[in-house]
Amino acid sequence: MNEIIQTGQAFFGPLWPVVWTLVKIVGILAPLLGGVAYLTLAERKVLAWMHIRVGPNRVGPLGLLQPLADGVKLIFKEIIIPARADKKLFFLGPILAMAPALAAWAIVPFYKGWVLANVDAGVLLALAITSFGVYGVIIAGWASNSKYPFLGAMRAAAQMVSYEVSMGLALIVVLMVSNSLNLTEIVEGQMKGIFASHGVDFLSWNWLPLLPMFLVYLISGVAETNRAPFDVVEGESEIVAGHMIEYSGMSFALFFLAEYANMMLVSAMTAIFFLGGWSSPLSALADLPVIGPVFWNGFHWLALKMAAFLFFFLWIRATFPRYRYDQIMRLGWKVFVPLCLVWIPVIGVWMMSPLNIWK
Amino acid sequence: MEFKTLLFYVFSVVMLFAGLRVITARNPVHAVLYLVLAFFNASGIWFLLQAEFLAIALLVVYVGAVMVLFLFVVMMLDINIETLRKGFWSYLPFGAAIGLLMVVEMALVLVGRYFSLAALPEPEVVAGYSNTKELGRALFTDYVYPFELASVILLVGIIAAVLLTNRKRKDSKAMNPSDQLVVKRNDRLRIVKMESFQEPVAEPSADEGKGA
Repeated sequence: MNEIIQTGQAFFGPLWPVVWTLVKIVGILAPLLGGVAYLTLAERKVLAWMHIRVGPNRVGPLGLLQPLADGVKLIFKEIIIPARADKKLFFLGPILAMAPALAAWAIVPFYKGWVLANVDAGVLLALAITSFGVYGVIIAGWASNSKYPFLGAMRAAAQMVSYEVSMGLALIVVLMVSNSLNLTEIVEGQMKGIFASHGVDFLSWNWLPLLPMFLVYLISGVAETNRAPFDVVEGESEIVAGHMIEYSGMSFALFFLAEYANMMLVSAMTAIFFLGGWSSPLSALADLPVIGPVFWNGFHWLALKMAAFLFFFLWIRATFPRYRYDQIMRLGWKVFVPLCLVWIPVIGVWMMSPLNIWK
Repeated sequence: MEFKTLLFYVFSVVMLFAGLRVITARNPVHAVLYLVLAFFNASGIWFLLQAEFLAIALLVVYVGAVMVLFLFVVMMLDINIETLRKGFWSYLPFGAAIGLLMVVEMALVLVGRYFSLAALPEPEVVAGYSNTKELGRALFTDYVYPFELASVILLVGIIAAVLLTNRKRKDSKAMNPSDQLVVKRNDRLRIVKMESFQEPVAEPSADEGKGA
């Protein structure tokens, strides 16, 4: 590793930091986009199995090449621009949906030190970047100059802004107990505690003492990514596909990729804030002879936790009916926000009492 | 030239351009989007000044929430651009006077002897210094009363806005979720036991099979 850095510095000179950052960005984005592609396949397979169907199984062995076939198809499809659409904004929409979904990965720590930008105010930056995603939807809906996309955009604006509030309030509790806004420090804070010192780390993670906030954050995350059962923004049976109706080919595919990248982002964030990121659930087993190394802290645990949350996303899509719009608003404003506002002083009092477990 | 200086010029040029387009764009939606761009670049400049909390707060509050709702409202408006442009020349002197006043005031602050940036001490940046923590400490210790007062005023504003706009409509079909939740099965559904097959009693008539 050091050799690569040294030869790079010698070769590129002052441009080296830019080149090195680009290399790191590719290192994060390439596996991410691969994950996104196979998440679409996983979604179709899991939904199929839950419906007792087979799912895609024609392209390649077990249908494993299906995402490639889909990608090729979408790239070669014609992009149709509605005659009365605002052309520039029409193309800006998908880009603005995709960019924040990818940019937010810069601050995700995959392992100790494995992070592109170790920002001090990481939690705030995560909130800021994820809140830009709504612009893609709104601009796309408006620029299409069509009724259903516009309705979709209106719904998206109200829904995503509402659920950001409860997400932010839930995170306030997390940063209170970890006394830091840095994502790496939040993960490391969860590796300490009474249970962690006895080797049962998973009881020391934030999800247990902050259980209500964990649920609020997870459900708000589903609503924030506009996934079922909160997918009234797309609402196939009411407004066809919301903001995506007028899009075709790659411009449509960008919205799709953004949605899945956002799902993965929410899963990663939930794992980092509440399930101890890359920390092993049972570090007591790390000394076992053969299977021990599996229980060391490592990126594989973060990946496993993300996979579990992603399965949760697919699971609730297959099993829950869509929420009615007024009930979505009620859940966000009248249930989650008051719950968070009560929980902040509760945790504050807990932290000031002798029973404080986050010293 | 330092890389930071280059970034400063990039942010400034884009911000000035975006600001100019906010007031010259024909379409109000475009104007709002240019305003968002201006906010972004202002936040970039704050980042360069190492005021990361303020920079991110600008992004979260203005770009992430306020401008989204602003865009929401502007999109719904049916604005006729021609009528908006009508009074342009009559308003111009007044607007120019206010603009000039602002420029003079800012020049006084920036160029004047007592307020200029040169008169301020260089901020001390120590290792492990956290902008966010310092700001939080200042807000909740030294300035706790003004801070709480400001939040109470905001709360009053919110409640007033809700009260002013929230009128009960008689034809509203909104349902009360708690009423819906307490409904029991027996209130809505009655199960009637019926034989699934009944022995035909009468003889089949002549035109059997013709009726639907």
